[in-house]
Amino acid sequence: MKLNHMLSTKDFSRKQIDSILSLAEKFEPVALREKRCNILDGKILSLLFFEPSTRTKMSFETAMLRLGGKVIDMGSIETSSVMKGESLADTVRVVSSYADSIVLRHPKEGAAFMASEFSTVPIINAGDGAGHHPTQTLLDLHTIRRESKLDGLTITLAGDLKYGRTVHSLCYALSHYNARINLASPPELVLPDRIIQDLKNRGIKVTKFDTLENAVKDSDVLYMTRIQRERFPDPAEYNKVSKEMRVTLKLLENCKPDMKVMHPLPRVDEIEPEVDKTPHACYFKQAFYGIPVRMAVLVMAMEEKYGKVL
Amino acid sequence: MAKFYENEKSETNKKSDLRIKAIENGTVIDHIPCGQAFNVLKIMGINENFKKTVSFVMNAVGSRGGKDVVKIEGMELTEKQVAAISLIAPNATVNIIRDYNVISKTQIKTPNEIHGIIKCINPNCITNSKEPIQTSFKVESESYDESILRCKYCDSIISDDIVKHLF
Ligand SMILES: [Zn+2]
Repeated sequence: MKLNHMLSTKDFSRKQIDSILSLAEKFEPVALREKRCNILDGKILSLLFFEPSTRTKMSFETAMLRLGGKVIDMGSIETSSVMKGESLADTVRVVSSYADSIVLRHPKEGAAFMASEFSTVPIINAGDGAGHHPTQTLLDLHTIRRESKLDGLTITLAGDLKYGRTVHSLCYALSHYNARINLASPPELVLPDRIIQDLKNRGIKVTKFDTLENAVKDSDVLYMTRIQRERFPDPAEYNKVSKEMRVTLKLLENCKPDMKVMHPLPRVDEIEPEVDKTPHACYFKQAFYGIPVRMAVLVMAMEEKYGKVL
Repeated sequence: MAKFYENEKSETNKKSDLRIKAIENGTVIDHIPCGQAFNVLKIMGINENFKKTVSFVMNAVGSRGGKDVVKIEGMELTEKQVAAISLIAPNATVNIIRDYNVISKTQIKTPNEIHGIIKCINPNCITNSKEPIQTSFKVESESYDESILRCKYCDSIISDDIVKHLF
């Protein structure tokens, strides 16, 4: 039997993405606690987190519990078999005999793909090193779809575009929707040429801007990412960059009135707190959308009749 | 009488066939792109400790332009070695020689996937940790020179100096 693993959004067609997002929308009232649903009653989800990611973990737990299912995890890594030197392959083999599906977070690239080779239940990738994090990409798309528009979107990607895997996956997914992509980042952290080339090959208009102001002018969405202090050995350089790459009320004066500001959170200095009160702020809603999107993914993994869209 | 016929034919044939005949038992790899002969030897694990006769021609003029040729006495290629050679010499031919006769002549075929021969370039790839798996690469394109490999696990690409990444 083919299992409905969720390893990456890279090879998804637009049709597949649209079906997941439509299903997510149906679960919104459940996520908002306006409706009850126990479609996953009797199912057990195992959370294998080999590195801490509290938010992602809580979000999967919430989604599972609200659909009537139960959650098991491996406790702290320090006391688990992992510390005794067990391979990921063995862990996955054992746990897939306990649970109906496994959510995996692992520091190595390709871990989720490998897990899918050893598991007898669907694997949901919750981030593998610098690799994929498909539910993040799906929730980003869902947010854009619900709060702005996916078709004919103009989006500015800002911040760390070099190391930010979130942004990379989002770019590829947006190429299904004819998006126009504006880029604003410090010169040290530009989007890799390989990705720009891939996007251009897919007919996507990609434009580099030297300042955030110029990039956001015609944008429907501004997607900010965090710039890590560690990327800059010189603190003065970091301070300069973080000041330039900051969403302020002043910046928002010159953008479209309905432009939405997104951020995968946690934020540090990238968005000043005053922005939270404006109608542009969309990042908390974005975090909320993680719940219905993960509900859709869980249901597709564990309920056969929904699995068909994958 | 097939053997006799073969011998007689090669006596009167091209020089390259005569060169093949110079080996009693072993392998002749022909149509290697210029400059790749050393890498072919490396794939075959031939180093200073190898005791039998090895000869090679570099930049020979063949029917399809310049080429390298490698001849090794007393050694036949394993399937894995053939797969590895196909990555750097997709148009090579492998001639197996027994008793001075070419008993088989095969055009190398680049497989669609390569398993367990090449190490992934990404140190953080799951295949570079202690897991019970082989590396696995999709062969994305092949030209006359070298192939492009994409790791099935982490998506990393190996496009040049493939030989450097042999296990
Ligand atoms: Zn790899």
